[in-house]
Amino acid sequence: MKLVFEKSVAGRKSQLIGKCDVPEVKLPEKFVRKTAPDLPQLAEVDVARHYSALNRRVHGVNSGFYPLGSCTMKYNPRVDEDMAALPGFTGIHPLAPKYATEGCREVLEMAGDFLCKISGMDAMTFQPAAGAHGEFTGVLLIKQYHKSRGDEARTKIIVPDSAHGTNPATAAMCGFEVVNIPSAPNGCVDLEALKAVLGPDTAGLMLTNPNTVGIFDENILEITRLVHEAGGLCYYDGANLNAVMGIVRPGDMGFDCIHMNLHKTFGTPHGGGGPGAGAVGCKSFLAGFLPKSAMMDGEGHIQVRSFAGNFLVVVKALAYILCLGKEGIPEAAENAVLNANYLMKQIKGTFEPAFDRICMHEFVLDLSEFKKETGVSALDVAKSLIDYGMHPPTMYFPLIVHEALMLEPTETESKETLDEAAEIFRKMYALAKEDPQYMHEAPHNAQIGRPDEVLAARKPVVRWKKQ
Amino acid sequence: MGSYVPSTQEQRKEMLAAIGLTSFKELYKDVPADMLLDKPLDIPEGMSESELAKVLSKMADKNRIFKTILRGAGAYDHYIPSIVKSVPAKEEFLTAYTPYQAEMSQGVLQSIFEYQTMICELTGMDVSNASVYDGATAAAEAMAMCRNRKRTVTLVSATTHPDVINTMKTYAFGTGDEVRIVPARDGKTDAAALKEMLTEDVAAFYVQQPNFYGQLEDAEELGALVHEGGAMYIMGCNPIALAIMKTPFECGADIAVGEGQPLGLPISYGGPYLGYMATTEKNMRKLPGRIVGETVDSKGERAYVLSLQAREQHIRREKASSNICSNEALCALTAGVYMSAMGPDGMAEAAKQCLSKAHYLAGALCAAPGVELVFKGDFFHEFVTTLPKQDEVLCALEKEGILGGLPIREGVLWCATEKADKETLDKVVEIVKEVLA
Repeated sequence: MKLVFEKSVAGRKSQLIGKCDVPEVKLPEKFVRKTAPDLPQLAEVDVARHYSALNRRVHGVNSGFYPLGSCTMKYNPRVDEDMAALPGFTGIHPLAPKYATEGCREVLEMAGDFLCKISGMDAMTFQPAAGAHGEFTGVLLIKQYHKSRGDEARTKIIVPDSAHGTNPATAAMCGFEVVNIPSAPNGCVDLEALKAVLGPDTAGLMLTNPNTVGIFDENILEITRLVHEAGGLCYYDGANLNAVMGIVRPGDMGFDCIHMNLHKTFGTPHGGGGPGAGAVGCKSFLAGFLPKSAMMDGEGHIQVRSFAGNFLVVVKALAYILCLGKEGIPEAAENAVLNANYLMKQIKGTFEPAFDRICMHEFVLDLSEFKKETGVSALDVAKSLIDYGMHPPTMYFPLIVHEALMLEPTETESKETLDEAAEIFRKMYALAKEDPQYMHEAPHNAQIGRPDEVLAARKPVVRWKKQ
Repeated sequence: MGSYVPSTQEQRKEMLAAIGLTSFKELYKDVPADMLLDKPLDIPEGMSESELAKVLSKMADKNRIFKTILRGAGAYDHYIPSIVKSVPAKEEFLTAYTPYQAEMSQGVLQSIFEYQTMICELTGMDVSNASVYDGATAAAEAMAMCRNRKRTVTLVSATTHPDVINTMKTYAFGTGDEVRIVPARDGKTDAAALKEMLTEDVAAFYVQQPNFYGQLEDAEELGALVHEGGAMYIMGCNPIALAIMKTPFECGADIAVGEGQPLGLPISYGGPYLGYMATTEKNMRKLPGRIVGETVDSKGERAYVLSLQAREQHIRREKASSNICSNEALCALTAGVYMSAMGPDGMAEAAKQCLSKAHYLAGALCAAPGVELVFKGDFFHEFVTTLPKQDEVLCALEKEGILGGLPIREGVLWCATEKADKETLDKVVEIVKEVLA
């Protein structure tokens, strides 16, 4: 398929803005760029067709089953889009006078209140623009807290080896030394390993619960108690909140601050990689450390992004929470967990779960034995699934399971879809025994064959250039 | 109760039975019993789609929509062509995940590759990433690119947007590094002060162009000073201005960042916005965030993939250059559509009209008694004036559906984009003159 630049024809254009109705002013020569930017010259029909063609080469959760573990690809309700497109939201300047922006502040307050109730926190900010950005904010709360106590010794953040890569990266961005602790054989936190690293240099612990293998750590109260005893704080990575929202609250598990991914748990669309929103909540003793905008609220606080955050994303999440309400929130969680267990049961007997027990909202398949037998890897299975129109599950994460495939169906999948998905997995299993080579070369019927990623890294070509 | 769960009560019973259970409760047997919520959440009952639409519409109605917005300060009201709204609303673009599976995501990957190319064209740089959250975080991430063992201090001009300064200070607080502010003189960076402050511990200097006051900085001269001092030069440029304005590359910048909101994103009370980051080939591997690269597939056909992932958190974890994971992909797509629809001529026209209308407004306002330019240098589309009876004037404008300039310490910061028409600008001046008479 051609790039938009390859469709450009010199002289083509649209008439999108009117003629200038005031005398033309020119930029002084010293500020003028030498050559115009080489942007495409197209008629509107060219633009429309180009992006339609691109759109046909995109698969969204509203297109089909998308069981990406750890991503919570649930259906994105259309009404949320319409609410976020209201001119009374899109046309509002963040620095308009307060009387003119009452509605925006009501959205943020109401969403904040609901999320505090759901998570068991006392205060909430929507300034962070993504989950990792929320992690950064949350760990900065911990950093400010210890600084305010005059405690310079707390230089370490504990992270289990099952954690998402953003956790240690975040801790490093906040100037902490990362202490990785190994997980127990059951995938949960190894209490002895945790005790061994706790001390007066512990600033805090970052934890996901249910964890990244889809298991609820039953020792959670002991874990947070131990960290608090050592003088550290506990940070909750809310990526897996979809399993337990309305059932249990991170605030009751002993966490002091949390982030939630509005673009996962609260149904706002992923957009191909953002915009998301990483709402950060905390207990009242940390509320004074939450970020604010210098322009909107004055100086004196940390700030992680301009203005108030990804406001329209919060509108969508608020619409979602209003729709589900007090009964719908736990209903979503329960059915997410039911769907995951049902799917796992249907697949068992072919591929094996890494942990043969009731899971939460996601489960991990361990294909290491399967690979030994057939030579077919998790990657090969994932690529073969593409030929069946199914988006592959998450591959090779978490690191503590080898040849991992992590599936998270979410609550918005029907029994029929799950049965079909299980059938496809059974086909994969059979195909691996029959024709492993076919799977090594998959996909065969997709937009492209397997791309040469090594070449891409060795000889980076990161922009188009006119020949 | 509203619900998006398709399975019926019967189906739920069937599925529970299939896994050997009879109730949902049993799924949560690992959760300590006294932790389970024993009463419903203290939030309202759920509602139908039409009811929630009413609730949110009422909230939106509590906001005042101004027909004309003459306020910028980091959020700019430009004309957004219809196609720029319709493309990102397409359901596949909207609801796709990050393109980790290249064979199923060429549409997303190619659109990002095209966006990257367009940012390179606007800035004159060799490589751009797929975006970061906004202009403020882009400036902060650029800071991190320049630091090394010996040089850890970042100098930031006092003429930078306060939110950008505060964000950079916060990121520096994270890593334990220092941000020092270079003072302003007459609304521009004090070059003599900058020269003195370029000590051996300075990694980089950041300047906004045009700056917070709308003034055009002497970017090339500042850049020369910075390089003489052995530091790196970061410029944060307005992307509409770049259609006609000297590029950061031409000014000697090592890293070009900025707020991409003017490229087709509505002002939406501050977000979602778009941070762009571009640099020279030399610094490519220091760029944080996703980068899409071109390669070939198993059949030798051109294909796009996430590239240079060895910089990123999912590979390097605590050694990653940044923790960034999700970025602003749909906003980058929007910007790409905007730049494709407007084209080089359309963007140059938008820039010229911003320039012309702002100067027209400035000239006309300064004819009113007591109103004069606070900073007298060259400006793009924003400028600061004195304004007697400030509150009364702004109130009178608001009554007519016009959001006037932003009150700041130094005066009132006005902005005019291509959207402002002569008739309205004349009306503004008339109202101002009336109040000040």
